[in-house]
Amino acid sequence: MPHNHTILEMRSITKEFPGVKALSDVSISVKAGEIHAICGENGAGKSTLMKVLSGVYPYGTYTGEIVFQGEVVQFKDIRSSEAAGIVIIHQELALIPELSIAENIFLGNEPRRFGFIDWDRANLEASELMARVGLEEDPTTPIKDIGVGKQQLVEIAKALSKRVKLLILDEPTAALNETDSQHLLDLMAGLRSKGISCIMISHKLNEIEQIADSITIIRDGKSIETIDVAVDGANEDRIIKGMVGRSLESRFPDHTPNIGEVFFEVRDWTVGHPTVPDRMVCKGSNFHVRRGEIVGFAGLMGAGRTELARSIFGRSYGNYISGTIIKDGREVSFRNVPQAISHGLAYVTEDRKTLGLNLLDDIKATTVASNLKKITKGLVVDKDEEYRYAEDYRKSLRTKAPTVDEGVSKLSGGNQQKVVLAKWMFTDPDLLILDEPTRGIDVGAKYEIYGIIQQLANQGKGVIVISSELPELLGLSDRIYTIFEGAITGEVSKADASQENLMRLMTSAGKHTPDLATQGPLS
Amino acid sequence: MKAIKQLLSGNGRQFGMIFALVVLIGLFQWLTGGKTLTPTNMINLFNGNSYILILAVGMVFVIIAGHIDLSVGSVAAVTGIIVAMAMRDWGIPWWAGILLGLLIGAAIGAWQGLWVAYVGIPAFIVTLAGMLIFRGANQYIGKSNTVPVPQEFQFIGAGYLPEIGPDTGYNNLTLLLGLVLAAVVIIGEMRRRAKTVKIGSVNPPAWVSATKTGLLVAAILYATYLFSTGRPGTSFPVSGIILAALVVLYVFISTKTVVGRHVYAVGGNLHAAELSGVRSKKVNFLVMMNMSILASLAGMIFVARSTASGPFDGTGWELDAIAAVFIGGAAVSGGVGTVVGSIVGGLVMAVLNNGLQLLGIGADLTSIIKGLVLLIAVALDVYNKTQGRPSIIGLMMKNFGSKDKLTVPAPVNPKPEMPTGTKSTIGTDA
Repeated sequence: MPHNHTILEMRSITKEFPGVKALSDVSISVKAGEIHAICGENGAGKSTLMKVLSGVYPYGTYTGEIVFQGEVVQFKDIRSSEAAGIVIIHQELALIPELSIAENIFLGNEPRRFGFIDWDRANLEASELMARVGLEEDPTTPIKDIGVGKQQLVEIAKALSKRVKLLILDEPTAALNETDSQHLLDLMAGLRSKGISCIMISHKLNEIEQIADSITIIRDGKSIETIDVAVDGANEDRIIKGMVGRSLESRFPDHTPNIGEVFFEVRDWTVGHPTVPDRMVCKGSNFHVRRGEIVGFAGLMGAGRTELARSIFGRSYGNYISGTIIKDGREVSFRNVPQAISHGLAYVTEDRKTLGLNLLDDIKATTVASNLKKITKGLVVDKDEEYRYAEDYRKSLRTKAPTVDEGVSKLSGGNQQKVVLAKWMFTDPDLLILDEPTRGIDVGAKYEIYGIIQQLANQGKGVIVISSELPELLGLSDRIYTIFEGAITGEVSKADASQENLMRLMTSAGKHTPDLATQGPLS
Repeated sequence: MKAIKQLLSGNGRQFGMIFALVVLIGLFQWLTGGKTLTPTNMINLFNGNSYILILAVGMVFVIIAGHIDLSVGSVAAVTGIIVAMAMRDWGIPWWAGILLGLLIGAAIGAWQGLWVAYVGIPAFIVTLAGMLIFRGANQYIGKSNTVPVPQEFQFIGAGYLPEIGPDTGYNNLTLLLGLVLAAVVIIGEMRRRAKTVKIGSVNPPAWVSATKTGLLVAAILYATYLFSTGRPGTSFPVSGIILAALVVLYVFISTKTVVGRHVYAVGGNLHAAELSGVRSKKVNFLVMMNMSILASLAGMIFVARSTASGPFDGTGWELDAIAAVFIGGAAVSGGVGTVVGSIVGGLVMAVLNNGLQLLGIGADLTSIIKGLVLLIAVALDVYNKTQGRPSIIGLMMKNFGSKDKLTVPAPVNPKPEMPTGTKSTIGTDA
């Protein structure tokens, strides 16, 4: 089983992006033939670390030292790390749907004969590799015709074709069902017995418990500790504590909630994946929001938070949506976004740049974009009104920009977010759904955004805040729902919420104890 | 030096694009020994290009929304033949013919819009199909013959403002039009300055406004002079008036209406627009439909000018219109572009064509030169963007859109007179 010598050592890795220190003095050491799990919250720096290791961030863009198989290595791109035997499989698989399994396995590395691709050999070798990963398919089958679980196996076969010594898997089971996940974990154990080391990034603590030989916890760009499972055992509480253990400073403006009656309720909300037929991204969710209440939605990336929000917001996501929405005591249905807006809903997307803003626009045009009616007289959009409103919001939200004529692309993340908030405040909504409202925003601006959110609640509006950052939810929300794999797994009041019990409810831990879900605090 | 810079790069930078046009006109005026800036030549230039400019007005919306329309030439041709035959064979009056033509355009536009917006076929494919379908339809319906149109109908393509009132030695209506336009420009600039102060923004120095307005007015007056002193019986062409009216209308739509905003929003970021409550399908449908209506109008004007509809009318128009829009600063990726820019872009092409023709340069070389101009104009724009500098054309055009749209006279700028006339400065200088 696990050998004793070390195959990889990353020493004091520090990686900075403009204005942000993504990794700060991170060290990790992987033994040959072990499965090494890396745990951490979203944004803790796991992916950045793996990108440093695989050469996506080339040597010279970080400081620190990587020692692989006893030699100091300086990868300048992915090809050079693959040549050394390090292969990374990303969460979004890098397969080409229209090409066959064999073609994908050998993409960029095709076996050649007299300068031409030797397809007989390629298919033969592909079959051998597929047998090693337990994939029973014809190598000429197009990738698009096999399921995600099998696609994952193709990725591993591809890695094996490159004579991989260290395999990095980023959230390998995130998109898989139970059976496929188990198969994949078994395969990883098989590879381990053949001497291939694995680094596995995962949120699923039960899987980590099951398979990992050691666990490194990363938090806020720092390596917190490495747990040797053989010695200490994989203690879930210890992992969770390590992941969330930062202290909660006073990062939130003081706020006394003034909560009214329930005015918005969603029942049995079920949403199908837009392209994968039988996959449900929301499974019979029930929740409600009171006037003046800030309701948090906690869940890891991919849990179905955004999908839930967008399917409610005028069915802007998903298929086969079923369920009931009750607003102000009456059942309502929004077939499209304009209807949702006219019923007083607003949705601030998590992806500001691709879904939230027209980066070609200026501040004033963006501010009024969702409610042009309000400033239109007859046919004409009143530019003076536009300027006036935009200027009012710029002042009241303290958006840092010389004038409202400034293009939104020139603003910082925090100021862009203020413009987006202004845009939705201008529609005078009853319920605001804020999806990761402080993503990519620095601490100072976060504080201001929190203040704005609290003000909106004080005006009697309901606010839903979706966030990956637990401290943010804890500091801001009056009540928190947790989501795991498309289902609401818990409802916790502010008083009862702690990072530990939320993390438990929003990871697989919560799934195994569904009866606890509605009881709130766990310990 | 600093003053010139301020005029060109500050709020006056909107002159930049026109500046290029003026230089071009000046160059040809010099090369052709004064044959460019004559009343006859200018009138011909307008008559011969108004339909392309009309197409450019529609095309800029299509391109802003992120699409393309390759079918406009064929749509123009099929409308021309149906209208010509309806007037000849059914004896419908000229005005009913025009109405029929617009209806045909609307029907074709609805057909193409349906495929693009609601079925989701890329406009490139839909209109490529349309290009083939409607070209074939033109030749099938007309049996590849040439069908003449009646005298009254020819007025919209070959007519001029009539002579009325006392004999002043000028065409009185053209004169009146020019003076009104000049007045509108001056009053508009004054109102704009007043308004800027009112909303608490800062005006450029008075002399910048004065110079700008002065140049513009001089240009308009010079153009008025040219157009009103042409050969007896000629004056400002009717097709130019139609074009001017369309430019005013579409500048208004693009800058002042909700629909206009939504076209930019859909082209700028489709998903963001949809999540902001924009009905993108409706917008795409309208944009495609509008293009076909304008193509039909352009087709009728062309038929009226050439007195007959033929099987090869409108061949290659789509490319001229698309070139005009891109020279005018629109972005291939959508979201960027202005009506005025497209008109100026179209005029650049028109002046090139005309000037090269006057110089006796053959169609072969003309085509090569036009191609290079398109490539270089857009390449310069792209280069500037990648250098992190603002797009020259974009900036210049942006001001047309944003500053001028505050006031009524903005739509006036695009009027054909201005570019033609701006050369007055160059003309006299050179």
